[in-house]
Amino acid sequence: MARRTPLFALHQSAGARIVDFGGWDMPLQYGSLLAEHHAVRRAAGVFDVSHMCVVDLQGEGVRPFLEKIFANDVGKLTTPGKALYGCLLNERGGVIDDLIVYYLGEQWFRVVVNAGTRDKDLAWIRRHAEPYGITVRERTDLAMLAVQGPEARARVAGLLSPALAERALSLGAFFGSEIGRWFVARTGYTGEDGFEVMVPAEEAEALWRSLLAAGVVPCGLGARDTLRLEAGMNLYGSDMDETTNPLESGLAWTVAMSTPRAFIGREALEAARARGLEAKLVGLVLEERGVLRAHQRVLAPGIGEGQITSGTFSPTLERSIALARIPIAAPDQVQVEVRGKRLAARVVKPPFVRHGKSLVG
Amino acid sequence: MSKVPSDLKYTRTHEWLRTLPDGTVEVGITDHAQHSLGDLVFVEVPEAGRTVSAGEPFAVVESVKAASDVYAPLSGEVTEGNGALAGAPETLNTDPYGAGWLARLRPAGALPALLSPAEYEKLTAEEGD
Repeated sequence: MARRTPLFALHQSAGARIVDFGGWDMPLQYGSLLAEHHAVRRAAGVFDVSHMCVVDLQGEGVRPFLEKIFANDVGKLTTPGKALYGCLLNERGGVIDDLIVYYLGEQWFRVVVNAGTRDKDLAWIRRHAEPYGITVRERTDLAMLAVQGPEARARVAGLLSPALAERALSLGAFFGSEIGRWFVARTGYTGEDGFEVMVPAEEAEALWRSLLAAGVVPCGLGARDTLRLEAGMNLYGSDMDETTNPLESGLAWTVAMSTPRAFIGREALEAARARGLEAKLVGLVLEERGVLRAHQRVLAPGIGEGQITSGTFSPTLERSIALARIPIAAPDQVQVEVRGKRLAARVVKPPFVRHGKSLVG
Repeated sequence: MSKVPSDLKYTRTHEWLRTLPDGTVEVGITDHAQHSLGDLVFVEVPEAGRTVSAGEPFAVVESVKAASDVYAPLSGEVTEGNGALAGAPETLNTDPYGAGWLARLRPAGALPALLSPAEYEKLTAEEGD
């Protein structure tokens, strides 16, 4: 039996196409995926992301615990409300999951992990939390809505009292705060400005309806995927997993190795670096007609081959883009095998689109 | 409810056929098919002169999310592919039975067994719209 968010009935009555995502019945699209995508790039859209798993970690040992299991350095979190993106790694340096950690107080950190990995993440966290004497509390009482787009913050603020609205609008990028009964964070997965709003599950429907009444467009996982790919953001399970390390997944920037902190996976990453990295995760822009898809072969003649990890038609660029894991020595021009033909693609550094503008020429 | 024009023939794989006055057969994908696929962003049609067998993939339509083969509903020779779709794949969504035709074929023999509009409507009702 698939799990459902508090908004499932609403999605169904709106005529959304429902798909299974990580064991959850989720809306893929309500109408036109392209229209939903453009709404986020040009105005504001809202996504039900209540399938994501919010976990509160509390106790005196929380900071040392996160120093141990989180590959980014929570030492960077000194101002309450600040968020940090990074990975949980296994001992082999493989990625167990990617997540956001919010610093809410010296004895209270909140993490948000992926829906499809929640069970193994919780097991991993609980197993390693034991010696630190912290409490691990899954917040199934919360729903989460991502409101994204150039007009998103103003639309959310418009639903709040003037005093709370001012507080929400004063949040810096990658900061979150309790605002009234909501937890509002200036984070997202689209490459646009916006908020992710956590609310008591029983209030989610009213918030969803108010946002739609304010002109925010309901968006499904289909648009969420094209938006995140344009924004050059990885998807767990497609672009990285337990068999790939973050250094070969475009996530080296999230692994803090400059201090001697002994986090799980560090030794394996140092060994991999000493041996020499073999692969890199890059962006591809297709220079011919066609659509890049996951698992297509990427050829770098004379050097080797790799594979597309995520591919799509980019609604903003009106051409196909992808993330691909290719040999580290591959040049800036490669070929991709698309339905029996070899098409030319250019290697670029993601993101492809930021704040509605093309970054790839 | 998707449209099923009464003057066309259909296949179980969601293609439609229209016999033209010159004896060639125009082929496209149904309204039900375009609706299931969603926004189409790429179309590849067969070139004139290509010989195809019934059931063989002879065109490709791709939505944002996925690529789908279109199957030749009959054996014969392609007399024309709809080249205008390359620059306007959304035509398949907006006018699947008109400007969104994919190809015209000259049948090599008698047409294979096809679905009537009523039979096709029944099929899509069973599959869910």
